[in-house]
Amino acid sequence: MKLALGPLLYYWSRQRTMDFYAEMVEQPVDVIYLGEAVCSRRHEMRLDDWLDVATVLADAGKQVAFATLPLIESESDLKSVRRLMDAARDDPRLTIEANEMGAVRQLAERGQHFVAGPTLNVFNGHTLKLLADCGATRWVMPPEIGRTALAGLQQEMPAGMQTEVFVHGRLPLAYSARCFTARRYHLQKDTCEFRCIDFPDGLTLKTREGADFLTLNGIQTMSAKVYHLERELPELAAAGVELLRVSPQSDALPALLSAYRALLDKLPAQMPVGDYCNGFWYDKPGLDWVTT
Amino acid sequence: MSATFELVCPAGGLPALKAAVDHGADCVYTGFRDATNARNFTGLNFDDASLKTGIAYAHQRGVKVLVALNTYPLSANWLQWTAAVDKAAAFGVDAVILADPGLMDYAQRTHPQLRLHLSVQGSATNYEAINFYRERFNIQRAVLPRVLSMAQVEQVVKNTPVEIEVFGFGGLCVMVEGRCALSAYATGTSPNCNGACSPGKAVRYEDTPAGMETRLNGILIDRFGQGERAGYPTLCKGRFEVDDETYYAIEEPASLNTLELLPELMRIGVRAVKIEGRQRSPAYVTQVTKVWREAIDTCRRDPVHFVPQAAWMAELNKVSEGRSATLGAYNRPWK
Repeated sequence: MKLALGPLLYYWSRQRTMDFYAEMVEQPVDVIYLGEAVCSRRHEMRLDDWLDVATVLADAGKQVAFATLPLIESESDLKSVRRLMDAARDDPRLTIEANEMGAVRQLAERGQHFVAGPTLNVFNGHTLKLLADCGATRWVMPPEIGRTALAGLQQEMPAGMQTEVFVHGRLPLAYSARCFTARRYHLQKDTCEFRCIDFPDGLTLKTREGADFLTLNGIQTMSAKVYHLERELPELAAAGVELLRVSPQSDALPALLSAYRALLDKLPAQMPVGDYCNGFWYDKPGLDWVTT
Repeated sequence: MSATFELVCPAGGLPALKAAVDHGADCVYTGFRDATNARNFTGLNFDDASLKTGIAYAHQRGVKVLVALNTYPLSANWLQWTAAVDKAAAFGVDAVILADPGLMDYAQRTHPQLRLHLSVQGSATNYEAINFYRERFNIQRAVLPRVLSMAQVEQVVKNTPVEIEVFGFGGLCVMVEGRCALSAYATGTSPNCNGACSPGKAVRYEDTPAGMETRLNGILIDRFGQGERAGYPTLCKGRFEVDDETYYAIEEPASLNTLELLPELMRIGVRAVKIEGRQRSPAYVTQVTKVWREAIDTCRRDPVHFVPQAAWMAELNKVSEGRSATLGAYNRPWK
């Protein structure tokens, strides 16, 4: 199995983002997803910045893919997706992860192979077959389904289709046209002052009795707990999963990647401790932690 | 102005279907009694006999019947969803409302004469996505998620031959429909796969010294002081604490009402307006259908001078969930 680093879901400064990916050159990760995958208003990284990062990573032997936005509302959103597709067409080392059907339509029309992202709602083999016909060569399982659904899908897997599973990180759970970070600071989304840049791992939402429940990350709502499939890696391998997705976080990512790499190489691993959940994998509420 | 502008009303059962038909709906939308639709609630929806009766009742009065099969089948239960498509076709419904591309492909191949609508659960928010479903599955209509501004809706209408339907009234999902796993995370019940959100079986009301508490699978969703009405603990409508402030962190319990936007919706070429609420009573359906029928007819006669009558708004406010009405995303300024 290969190790993949999912797109950076938080909003970091340009310098912090560039430094982060510069560090990834040396990390034991095979595939790296780049690009803004949450909010079309975020602009610290321009397309040229992303392309520079992509070049450096590709030169270092990483497979690079650009994630498209899961919520495309305006003509300017559509334009930025088309520019990403143009860039991927011009450099055969780059691919696109499509996160809504508008991107799928255009990639199919252009004859570009792509990754079917986790927000495309692939829940059965018939839908996956259609995406394969459109040019998908890899799909990322929606995090809300687990082992049972995956077993069903694996039986209907189109030839040559790679399966990627989200194994570590705060779970992306919901998307909105509204910004909940802006809402907290009494700002409108269109004049949000980019407040999410102040929260490198999102903003924790607690219940009124103080329990961490969710994470607000702009228009995206995530889990507060960190999804963590570690003991399940042998089961994932047996199920035919080829890529494991780790989601970027501000703290201790190299240690985390090293731990997963060690597990894949069947070496002793020092997994960082955390407030973990794994319920979705076992068809339970996502926030559950199943230990049996 | 477009040639037709349909009023699409909810029917959670036969009495509501008749109420909608009798009070001016052009279409009613329904669902079967299982997870194949996004209102999979106990005691709701149609068995075979009641749907057949409902279709006959509606068709005798020139009203269309749509069936929502708008959840996502898994590989293991695929046949249950295709059987539902087959049944809807056999019963002679006027269209099925689908979200899953695999199921659309099945419906188009197996029942080429069956009209397909793209459900709001399909999360198609731009014309490229809608045209994808048009080219691949020949969908005739798309229901837009409740996240677009009026200018964005217009942009979609201008760039697709697919009829566009928008939500006009009722409960409001603040999340993009089809892109929300909050309930699955908290309770294990997924809107996408099980057709329900914040299910009743996970709800607990507890009277405590601190006030009435509402919980979902044990998670405190809200706490109500004296004089506050304890609302249903829909996950995104609770009060939570973020950076030391306690407030409706995601969404206020408000209801969508776009009556005043009717001339604009007609002008930009929207073809249908949908009333939310298959889980609501026949009395709700009656009230809302009556007001919207009258408003649409008034607006068609004279769109330039259309203003919502105070009496209409008062009637609609009586049946709103929550205490306030909102224009939702439609009035977001175009940036």
